[in-house]
Amino acid sequence: MSLPLVVLLPFLGAIAAPLFAQGGRTAIAIASSVPALIALAALFPHWSVLSAGGTVLHTYEWLPTLGLSFSFRLDGLALLFALLILVIGLLVIIYSHYYLSAKENVAKFYSLLLCFKGSMLGIVLSGNLLLMLIFWELTSLTSFLLISFWTHKQDARRGARMALTITGGGGLALLAGILIIGNIVGSFELDDVLAAGDQIKAHAMYPVALTLVLLGAFTKSAQFPFHFWLPHAMQAPTPISAYLHSATMVKAGIFLMARLYPALAGTEQWFYMVSFTGMATLLLGAYIAMFKHDLKGLLAYSTVSHLGLITLLLGMGTQLAAVAAIFHVINHATFKASLFMAAGIIDHETGTRDMRRINGLWRYMPHTATLAMVAASSMAGVPLLNGFLSKEMFFAESLQLNLPGLWAWVPPIVATLAGIFAVAYSARFVHDVFFNGKPVDLPKFPPHEPPRYMKFPVEILVFACIMVGVFPTISVGPLLYSAASATLGGEVPDYQLAILHGFNLPLLMSFLAFFGGLLMYTQRQRFFDFHAQLREVDGKAVFEYAVSKIEDMAHTFTGWLENGSLQRYAMLLVVSVIAVAIMPLVESGFYIGENGLSPVDWPTGIAAGVLIVSALATALWHRERFYALVLLSVVGLIVALAFARFSAPDLAMTQLSVEVVTIVLLMLALYYMPSWTPMESSKGRRIRDLLIALAAGTGMTLITLAMLTQPFSSISEFFLENSKPGGGGTNVVNVILVDFRGFDTLGEITVLAIAALGIYAMLKNTALTPPPGDGLGHAWTRDHYPLMLRQIARPMLPLALMVSAYIFLRGHNLPGGGFIAGLITSVALILQYIASGMVWTEDRIPFRYHIVIGLGLLFATIAGAGSLAFGYPFLTSSFGYITWPVVGKFEVASALVFDLGVYLAVIGATLLALVSIGRLSPHSAIKSKMEGA
Amino acid sequence: MELLFALVIGALTTSGVYLLLRARTFPVIMGLTLLSYGVNLFLFASGRLATGQQPVIGTAASYSDPLPQALVLTAIVIGFAMTAFLVVLSLRNLADNENDHVDGRREAATPPSKLEQEVSDK
Repeated sequence: MSLPLVVLLPFLGAIAAPLFAQGGRTAIAIASSVPALIALAALFPHWSVLSAGGTVLHTYEWLPTLGLSFSFRLDGLALLFALLILVIGLLVIIYSHYYLSAKENVAKFYSLLLCFKGSMLGIVLSGNLLLMLIFWELTSLTSFLLISFWTHKQDARRGARMALTITGGGGLALLAGILIIGNIVGSFELDDVLAAGDQIKAHAMYPVALTLVLLGAFTKSAQFPFHFWLPHAMQAPTPISAYLHSATMVKAGIFLMARLYPALAGTEQWFYMVSFTGMATLLLGAYIAMFKHDLKGLLAYSTVSHLGLITLLLGMGTQLAAVAAIFHVINHATFKASLFMAAGIIDHETGTRDMRRINGLWRYMPHTATLAMVAASSMAGVPLLNGFLSKEMFFAESLQLNLPGLWAWVPPIVATLAGIFAVAYSARFVHDVFFNGKPVDLPKFPPHEPPRYMKFPVEILVFACIMVGVFPTISVGPLLYSAASATLGGEVPDYQLAILHGFNLPLLMSFLAFFGGLLMYTQRQRFFDFHAQLREVDGKAVFEYAVSKIEDMAHTFTGWLENGSLQRYAMLLVVSVIAVAIMPLVESGFYIGENGLSPVDWPTGIAAGVLIVSALATALWHRERFYALVLLSVVGLIVALAFARFSAPDLAMTQLSVEVVTIVLLMLALYYMPSWTPMESSKGRRIRDLLIALAAGTGMTLITLAMLTQPFSSISEFFLENSKPGGGGTNVVNVILVDFRGFDTLGEITVLAIAALGIYAMLKNTALTPPPGDGLGHAWTRDHYPLMLRQIARPMLPLALMVSAYIFLRGHNLPGGGFIAGLITSVALILQYIASGMVWTEDRIPFRYHIVIGLGLLFATIAGAGSLAFGYPFLTSSFGYITWPVVGKFEVASALVFDLGVYLAVIGATLLALVSIGRLSPHSAIKSKMEGA
Repeated sequence: MELLFALVIGALTTSGVYLLLRARTFPVIMGLTLLSYGVNLFLFASGRLATGQQPVIGTAASYSDPLPQALVLTAIVIGFAMTAFLVVLSLRNLADNENDHVDGRREAATPPSKLEQEVSDK
């Protein structure tokens, strides 16, 4: 339980922290520290297992079919990173407390910081690669929010966007890589993957998987050529930079390479890709860092360079190099975090980070200066500090690479060169800032020491630098051993953490680097002049250019595809469907299955003929809208007949009543609309549309024919067998609707209700004046409510209601039911509206249709929920028999209540829709027209 | 019979798609109505064509497939809801843009019909 807790705690803290914002900045800082303290306490008891070389695994199933589990795994490597994340995280919180001014949004700051911390812990503690990827993406997202914390700064927003694009893109590559690895191994569990190293490396897909995983790692860890996002991410508040770009975010890529070291490393491909990328990054970062006038810019490029160094070490493939890489991770995190914090203090106290202006600060802030100088010396690799030890190991390893011929010289030369640059930029950091004359035109003058405890985190980190530098074995020995053992899969080579290994070649390289660097710094003006001649490739400009190009392309494409014409979209939709279906259709062609064709009887033949002719005529004469509508109604009626003909009485009744309502609806619409469709499309377009339509029609004909002549089996046996014993009704269609598939029906009447309410809402404040005549020059009839119709319609109402009640009640056993009864009632009521008018009918209907819809849904839901009260699942129907006078023995099923809900919902929805349209033209207008006439 | 049924669906689809591609709302609604007839018949036919075998227990020796029927029954009602919604959408379009073009363009006013023109010429 403790491992998931460690990951979960910061997220809980992120939710809780803002609550403390009311209590002031100290309260929220303390509250934000709590999760890390608990997490540290939770990790501590596991040390005994880890120091013995074991791992702790806590697994909970999540989506086993996908191979995704909540699996958390702690070993030496994970512990090392978790400690870095937690401890430096704590120091950053203390530091931020003094760094953030009172007007900053501290709640947002700490909340995001904790979210980020949780995501980082998730990466290092995941025991499942997919789970790790989720946290990996979370760090990209949270770091985006952190970098753009000062949202009012354009540079911050751009920097954040760039970081997100690059690391997010890398994340996608990583996802693909992990999927391939999971496919090879057959599991995403880390233990399985690490054990299957040989299997992965022997697989044909290994190069692809390796490239993709490395893309993820390189983008995250700012390796060349993706390094350019990191310096631009320096727009973040300095505590964020100290955290993200020293110990956590950028180390995630390094962690990934170390984590998968047993599974992926040790091949030639790994060697060339990782070590050469590392070498390029190492040199490039160190070189550019020299020329940055911005304090944080210098540190950013130095970070890039050190990340390159670690990558190079991991790429070398020897066990000792891997140990050195892990060691350097610790050292870099400590000295770089303290340097960032020192830079933040200087920025805070002077108001600028430009090294051409901040000079001679030694006089104003000697305490901070001392701390920064120690940390910078560690960065330069000065003996007795931790940076020296890992750099020595690095130099030693660079000499051990078995490269052919002259190539063997490349790594040591690159290493020494990078060392020279590192010393030079470290010297610049120290000398330019603290000495080198007097401050020039500082925004805040005179600068003074920051609050006492703002320096506290820096002191801790600098103390760690010295401790590790002087007593490496005691201070980090066990932790490093455990981490190295986990990285290398259990085999740890012999290595010694000594301050000096005697006078050897690596020491000579260190001397060379040290004095070369100092010399370079004294001659810096020459280098500046030389560098000024070079045209620097601005990664940001290239990136922004690429982004805007892609945006333009997307705009062009979208503009071309989505030109705002619905007509065009409809065409594209139909054409795409045809395109998808065309291959199998052409293949099967005119296909008649095993069952063959059955004979046609002449009444059916005639009806079908009329239907086909009417359908085609509807399209042909669609410009004369009224005639087309009449033809359309013919089609609908024959469809109803077809249902009756082919053993579907329920469908026939439904279709018939819906047909009536639909035609009334369309007639009503036509009252407002032009009665004529103008000829707008060109001839070519009409022919094109006709061809598309013919293709669709032909396709449907062929598909239907193939389907109908095919033997088939259906799951309906179940419904036929259980309808009576299980559902208590003999009309299987109705029993399916209200019982077997009652939940679907509930959904469907809900859709119906939503559509009706949508119609009501859409028309509520709309006024439409109908045209004065029918478009053919004829005025509307003067007799708005014909006497004959009125006289017939009124006695029809009780009759129709009786019929619908009968249809409703018998529905469970004979064709009928709530849908059909509801439609019949609707038709009867609509007839009253047509015959006697809005006002007359409304006066006599004492309720609103909204209520009817609501009641319908309520009844259906209650009928369903009723079964819950008796311990049955939702919508379980029960039934019994009672004897009614006249009707006789009658079955009462709880499904009847459900069907009543359906009945009401259908009435409410149908009438609300039609009445809303009818009400569009104000009745007073009609009245006055009547009177005027 | 099967071929005839397939032709019916084909004719409904052809007319439906052609009307669907028109530029004014009313034909498009009619097209969708035709298409939904076709789709409903197609779904219904997936239970095969049977005569005199209505799925009411005790009324026939064997029964046609009730499942597609139940599906199509609700599809008919939902289809009506969709048609009604579309009609109202087009009425709203007519009210807001003063024409019934599907693209919702303001400028595309409906020209008078030939008959209307003749009437006004007189």
